[in-house]
Amino acid sequence: MRNLYPRIGNQLLMMLFSFIMLYPVFWWIGASLKTIPEMSLPTIWPSEPIWANYTEGWQFSEKYTFAQFFKNNLVMEFFNVIGGIICSSLVAFGFARVKFKFQNVLFAVLLVTMMLPLQVTIVPQYILYNTFGFIDSYVPLILPHFIGGNAFFIFLVVQFIRGIPRDLDEAAKIDGASVFGIYYRVILPLIKPALVTVAIFTFIWSWDDFFAQVLYLSSVEKFTVGLALRMFIDQFDIQWGQLLAMSLLSIVPSTIIFFLAQKHFVEGIATTGLKG
Amino acid sequence: MADITAASKPPGRGFFRRKKTSDENNLAGYLFISPWLLGFLLLTVWPVTQSFYLSFTDYPLIADPTWIGGANYDRIFTSDKTFIQSLKVTFTFVLIVVPLKLAFSLIVAMLLNRQMKGMSIYRTAIYFPSLIGASVAVSVLWRNMFGVDGYINGVLQWFGIQGMGWISHPDTALGTLITLDTWQFGSTMVIFLAGLKQIPNEMYEAASVDGASKIRKFFSITLPMLSPVMFFNLVLEIIQSFQMFTAAFVITQGGPVDSTYMYAYFLYEKAFRHFQMGYASALAWILLVIVAILTAINFLASRYWVFYESGGKK
Repeated sequence: MRNLYPRIGNQLLMMLFSFIMLYPVFWWIGASLKTIPEMSLPTIWPSEPIWANYTEGWQFSEKYTFAQFFKNNLVMEFFNVIGGIICSSLVAFGFARVKFKFQNVLFAVLLVTMMLPLQVTIVPQYILYNTFGFIDSYVPLILPHFIGGNAFFIFLVVQFIRGIPRDLDEAAKIDGASVFGIYYRVILPLIKPALVTVAIFTFIWSWDDFFAQVLYLSSVEKFTVGLALRMFIDQFDIQWGQLLAMSLLSIVPSTIIFFLAQKHFVEGIATTGLKG
Repeated sequence: MADITAASKPPGRGFFRRKKTSDENNLAGYLFISPWLLGFLLLTVWPVTQSFYLSFTDYPLIADPTWIGGANYDRIFTSDKTFIQSLKVTFTFVLIVVPLKLAFSLIVAMLLNRQMKGMSIYRTAIYFPSLIGASVAVSVLWRNMFGVDGYINGVLQWFGIQGMGWISHPDTALGTLITLDTWQFGSTMVIFLAGLKQIPNEMYEAASVDGASKIRKFFSITLPMLSPVMFFNLVLEIIQSFQMFTAAFVITQGGPVDSTYMYAYFLYEKAFRHFQMGYASALAWILLVIVAILTAINFLASRYWVFYESGGKK
């Protein structure tokens, strides 16, 4: 009995705290159905839901709807995720299972690149893509995922492969498997959980990678959802109802993935210190 | 991929792993890491060196770069008031956000570590903001919430506090960006939580037998055992906070009166609004040096406070 009171206290404290943390999101859901005057109220539910915020917001302009922006974004994500999975599994296998010259040095270099501020590479990268005529295309957004992408992901998969017993490799070797065979038949099936984590984070991070999108995409027909929202907010008379409704829709894909794959999230973050 | 198959050995010989790396293994290894290696050379090594060279040039993008020596750096350090301002803003931001995030993470992680019922629900609730927080969408939400007609003012009214335009006032604009970033402490918290779970319970039990108080246990067990995780988070948080961009771009556009002119935003404007690529490259290198120095200080200081179980204090 002695421990009961503090326990209840903790529960109440955490409940209250979680509620405060999530309140902006709850409010957001309600506000997306509100009229402008109602938006200054802290209350969640509107007196009368304005569904037009969604229908009119979706119809972004005469030429484009948000369907276009979502399609652009999702197609881009599709390639990013494929690139992230192929690249991180290959490179991680190389570092974790093959012995080659300068391996440790290169792995250390890989870890250091995680700390490099992206601003220091952005100008020459832009010039490079400009020289090859890739500005206003998805190439600068997709290509990096195929050639190294995020060093975090390689690190994550390396850690995962190191946890797999080497006996399996040896057994496959005895059966005459090549190095690539070991990668493809032994390791690849076993690292699926890590690759799911890579896929999820690739999706969410590149969805939010606003800096690169602002730099490399300029024609409206190629816009991502984030860029379309930015254009919305640039208008002189901001349509807040529509804007909040479309913003809310823009986080739906990430949110669905998060709730479908929660387990992977928590494990992925806990083992490598990935940031969401 | 035919070359990789050449690396396979005849059955039976694989038991004796050779000490020296063989040529086949070298080839296989480099083939496997080639995607990363290519990206590293193309998108990191070349750009970093190139931007160092460009930082000594005048380069408006439409014309070729012309060598101007240290003139960019000279201008930045002697006459560019915006540079000083953006450094001030960025340092203020980092100095407030990083400790706040770490403190929240630690406190909440410790609360959640007590085998609490519904722990996973709370963890999800607190993690969720860091999942969505970096998006344009949340910046939009923040801009509305903290505006003159935002609901934050409505809440304050209940407490009899006069509302204001938090984003349009130079004294409070940076504060709104700080709240947005601190709101996303959940991912750090999850890492702390994982770290706390690694601390063996016997340690606390032994301390209890010796009659140690709760506070004593916190300072003598929890903090030292958690210090590697703390260090890891500290280093990465600082580096990331220095690069904060989206919110400064969407919510405040650096204003009002440059009060939220974050360094990354400053650099973006110089490079991609004014197309002063040389000047921006110099700014980028200054950022690199600042971040490198801070990281080095962190690593040096870590000898005195980060505790590694195996070898005692290193």
